[in-house]
Amino acid sequence: MISLAGRDILHSWGKFVFTGVGLGLLIGVTLTMAGVYRGMVDDGKALLDNSGADLWVVQKDTLGPYAESSSLYDDVYRGILGMPGVARAANVTYLTMQVRHGETDVRSMVVGVVPGGPGEPGQPGYLIAGRQITRGHYEAVADVATKFQLGERIQIRRNIYTVVGLTRRMVSSSGDPMVFIALKDAQAAQFLKDNDAIVHQRRRTSANPTYNRPGVPGLLNSVIASQSINTSVNAVLVQILPGFTPAEVAEPIRRWKRLQVYTRAQMEDLLIRKLIATSAKQIGMFLVILAIVSAAIVAFIIYTLTLGKIREIAVLKLIGTKNRTIAGMIMQQAVGLGMIGFVVGKIAATTWAPFFPKYVLLEPVDAAWGFFALMVICVLASVLAIRAALKVDPAEAIGG
Amino acid sequence: MHWQGIKIEGLRKRYGEGDTAVDALKGVDMRVAPGEVVGLVGPSGSGKTTLLKCLGAVIEPTAGRMSLGEDVIYDQGWKISDLRELRRDKIGFVFQAPYLIPFLDVTDNVALLPMLAGVPNEEARKRAVELLEALDVAHRAKAMPSQLSGGEQQRVSIARALVNRPPVILADEPTAPLDSERALAVIRILNDMAHRFETAVIVVTHDEKIIPTFKRIYHIRDGVTYEEAGEGRGFEPALDKFAVK
Repeated sequence: MISLAGRDILHSWGKFVFTGVGLGLLIGVTLTMAGVYRGMVDDGKALLDNSGADLWVVQKDTLGPYAESSSLYDDVYRGILGMPGVARAANVTYLTMQVRHGETDVRSMVVGVVPGGPGEPGQPGYLIAGRQITRGHYEAVADVATKFQLGERIQIRRNIYTVVGLTRRMVSSSGDPMVFIALKDAQAAQFLKDNDAIVHQRRRTSANPTYNRPGVPGLLNSVIASQSINTSVNAVLVQILPGFTPAEVAEPIRRWKRLQVYTRAQMEDLLIRKLIATSAKQIGMFLVILAIVSAAIVAFIIYTLTLGKIREIAVLKLIGTKNRTIAGMIMQQAVGLGMIGFVVGKIAATTWAPFFPKYVLLEPVDAAWGFFALMVICVLASVLAIRAALKVDPAEAIGG
Repeated sequence: MHWQGIKIEGLRKRYGEGDTAVDALKGVDMRVAPGEVVGLVGPSGSGKTTLLKCLGAVIEPTAGRMSLGEDVIYDQGWKISDLRELRRDKIGFVFQAPYLIPFLDVTDNVALLPMLAGVPNEEARKRAVELLEALDVAHRAKAMPSQLSGGEQQRVSIARALVNRPPVILADEPTAPLDSERALAVIRILNDMAHRFETAVIVVTHDEKIIPTFKRIYHIRDGVTYEEAGEGRGFEPALDKFAVK
């Protein structure tokens, strides 16, 4: 038996192709939305991977350092280094801000790390150009997405930094590229006040008799000095020794240091379930709406195409065509339209995904699910047209 | 001995019920022999189309009896369980407009019926091409319906009606859109095919040009048929090229 649907599609291919392209662009948007979500999850995982940590030690009762702010003294890491199973521990700060680059600002996550070689917790894992930060001040390693070049000078707060290294895929959970600077610089940047504010604070402190006591000449200077420096970090990143599990290293730190400790699995759960949960729901809503719109479009198109063939369907029924053959023809056309749409949509999404400002990760498994969902939508959408076709009275072919 | 063509006795069809009921057919009697072409003539609203629909098993009569060949298909109720199969295998339809399937070429338009009946594609196409040759349209076998003239389309629709070798062909105003020459050509073809395949043909028509060609005519008025002899001019049977192989 010949394929009636296939012949009809070949006969009016222009109509099907153009309709399929329109549908395909919609499917392309749907696949891209899924890719945006996957990109967000992947950015979160990249953030955890790139930190090189097995444990994140943060302020007690916080979800820091990515989902909530967290503040620890910068000497806490010394105590952690002495805990069983800890191989390395390093302070880290995170601050999302605008980094000045020539005449433009680049939104970045500035990461304060202890200068050292690769493998240290917090350090960029690998470089694609240049070197790691080796000096204590005013050097930076940037992700290529910042578009910074080696040797260029960038401004963070009031200080100028030289880009000495470039890395790749180092992004925050929201996809902002990272700029690594020395920890001391980052601590200063986090709390750096403008000159007027500093003068105002010094004046207030001097006016306070508690700090400016007659006969205690060094007290005021000590208080002012303590107000101008920042001894806080956001987290301590810990690498564990081989043979230890993250849980057994985390528990003593949690108990004896009275700090919050997250393992990699817990941190991933925090990022995905809490940090990007709302965005995921938002994207999920879009996906549902796009699916409904796609179904409505396919249903409308197939219904219209079927109504245009009522007389032919009446003749087919009159000459003895089975209902299931006619239903199959309409369903195959809907599925054919869906296939054209999927191919166009996949090509479109793959083509435009690299141009998105944030990472869009098109997973084959999403494409497979998208294809399956589209086929289901097409089959369901054809039901209306099939119903109309099956209602056609074969007597209509005879007229009268 | 059984009557081998179409036999209709006391066929009635009532639309609606109670005060609004309309009797479209009030006891129709007809007989058409195999190889015979008869005309069914009547004014609008006389019941021609209702009779055709009853014969075509697309609406159910209210009473009476119909048989096609040896099979009683209706006797106070359908005697055939699968009317779709009956229409596919036992009845050929030729319409006022050819109603060819626009997305199938000429060969597949004709071959579709045997394919629907389960005949392999190649065998169905072979049958179709043989008929197209007999009807002088084989040279358009690969053309799409939209590329054919009105006369060619009607010949293809006749081929489609004949391809399953049905014992009966019902033709509903088959010459209405054609000029005299083409109309007579179509009737000639129906006569020749009826003769060749021993098919009983009923032609519903208003067409004054073709009425004189029938040897027998049934007039239908107010749901009742009256038989009369036609002028019987007919056509010479079976041209050489249509001779049964």
